[in-house]
Amino acid sequence: MAKKLTKAQRLGFYETMYRMRRFEEEVFEFYKRGAMPGLAHLYLGQEAVATGVCAALNADDYIGSSHRGHGHLVARGADLGKMMAEILGKETGYSHGKGGSMHIMALDKGILGANGIVGGEIPIATGAAYSAVYRGTKQVAVSFFGDSATNEGTFHESINMAAAWKLPCLYVIENNLYGISVDIRDVTNTENLADRAKGYGIPGIVCDGMDVEAVYAAAEEAVAWARRGKGPTIIECKTYRWQGHHVGDPGDYRMRRDGKEKEKWMKKCPVAGFRKKLLKDGFPESMILALEAKADAEVRAAAAFAEDSPYPDAPEAFTDIFV
Amino acid sequence: MREIQYRDAICEALDEEMARDGNVLLLGEDVAFIGGNFKTSVGLYEKYGDLRVKDTPISEAGFVGMGVGMALTGLRPVVELMFSDFLLVAADQAINQMAKIRYMSGGQAAVPMVIRAPIGGGRSSAAQHSQSMQAMVSHFPGMKVLVPSTAQEAKGLLKSAIRDDNPVVFFEHKMEYSNKFEIDDSIELIPIGQADIKRAGDDITIAATSSQVMKSLAAADALAKEGVSCEVVDLRSIIPLDRATIIESVRKTGKLLIVDEAYEFCGIGAEIGMNVMEDVFYDLDAPIARIATPNVPLPFSPALEFPIIPSAEKIVERVRAMCL
Repeated sequence: MAKKLTKAQRLGFYETMYRMRRFEEEVFEFYKRGAMPGLAHLYLGQEAVATGVCAALNADDYIGSSHRGHGHLVARGADLGKMMAEILGKETGYSHGKGGSMHIMALDKGILGANGIVGGEIPIATGAAYSAVYRGTKQVAVSFFGDSATNEGTFHESINMAAAWKLPCLYVIENNLYGISVDIRDVTNTENLADRAKGYGIPGIVCDGMDVEAVYAAAEEAVAWARRGKGPTIIECKTYRWQGHHVGDPGDYRMRRDGKEKEKWMKKCPVAGFRKKLLKDGFPESMILALEAKADAEVRAAAAFAEDSPYPDAPEAFTDIFV
Repeated sequence: MREIQYRDAICEALDEEMARDGNVLLLGEDVAFIGGNFKTSVGLYEKYGDLRVKDTPISEAGFVGMGVGMALTGLRPVVELMFSDFLLVAADQAINQMAKIRYMSGGQAAVPMVIRAPIGGGRSSAAQHSQSMQAMVSHFPGMKVLVPSTAQEAKGLLKSAIRDDNPVVFFEHKMEYSNKFEIDDSIELIPIGQADIKRAGDDITIAATSSQVMKSLAAADALAKEGVSCEVVDLRSIIPLDRATIIESVRKTGKLLIVDEAYEFCGIGAEIGMNVMEDVFYDLDAPIARIATPNVPLPFSPALEFPIIPSAEKIVERVRAMCL
């Protein structure tokens, strides 16, 4: 049974989700202004997942992140300025502009890379979990990926090995229902993707991915299980992305099943919903407003830092290939 | 000097590096309990245990990717693929992940990992177990690519590969595993990126890789009787390529033949020929030539397979045409 959350923890959840929300809104603004090269896959709508899972982790745990990875970085306390600079392709970014939105790595935060290949991060996180066992630490690894990655071979191969060897790994499915335009329900005959856990002989948890406290409870249970040497868990978070696949995709294809689908999900907004809950539970609005003002300022500062930063010099392209 | 089988040289390198560094581990299909499909890790499971010598399920993408995760978190995994052909099953994890993560991270990460994979035809193993993947892998930036020839190279280069902080793909030739070689134990490490002149000569440079080095040496013996003096350069490493040694040799001999067992089209011969062309063009007395496996899938029957793969006879024939 999950422990009762402290006031500070709940406020922390809100602050992280709000920061994530504001960060992604700022990224979207850069895109709309034509100030961002390429594209970005926004985390808007899925904030509760990264926030809830990462809140259950220690600072030295590992994360394998996906192409929709900004949220995981924010949840781990990555430097917003270096993130934004990377997204804009600037010299001051985490990878000096070599990675961009899809590949922001923050090794000092345990982020083993964000991956442009769907399911690519799953074996990598699994290897990090093996490494933790090998080195005799109590670290766990988390692999975040979307619903569509569950149909990649790496999902099956990795979880099979993690289960066989009881590796301390969490496999977090951010089920936002779509792989670009393809509805997971049209290509997969499994209502709950976490049910696949049965096939590996490991626990599978389905949770409301719009409810940060529910995600945290699931993650806490899976992390404790992993740290006790019991092995991996699949956690499926039912969630939704506000935008289409990326910033340039309105995602209208999602209306074909239910014209009000997006509207219904947006009513479950993890950020606004949790704010309302905190107010109902007696948190003073002034306290929440203060947190929001702080996050607003942080995101504005990150955006200014990124925008004012120089682009890398062309010879930078030839560095960091080999040690 | 002592005599040793190529496979035992590999096993000794693994054993010595595992004994030296507790972060080195071996994983792959059949590497533990039976000591490897080609018996290159016999006794290591008994010596180092299940965690350090790990039999994996048949999940090449999965366990190559796990190697990447291990390498990112402080370990130095050696991942064995039973045949180099299986690299294609694990291609994303090897090429998009292992080789690119350092670059994509802007130098934050290192991936000190070795993939070992046997190459080569000659065993009637047909089209999916006989290929030589060194040309394909070398096309992609971010990995070192080694093609050891003798047991000395196999041992000395594997030890260097394990100590290297970069991803290394290490191609062993499966027809050499049972062959015996003289090995000099005073040579512990062979530096990566240095070619070796295995035989000095004046009339032609034969730049060869892996098993083709021995075939080139056999050809050079035969050709010496006909009065042709061949210089045999053992490339040892495709990436990084020791251009200087090749160029210096060709400037001396005036002729260059490249011998490698990967497919001819877009192959090692094509690359090396073009790569040194600007530096040696005015020293050449004949067009640069290559011997490779023609672009057909490797056939099963020995009657079909042996005529396809490079051989000492083919090398002799080509050198004669170039020199006589």
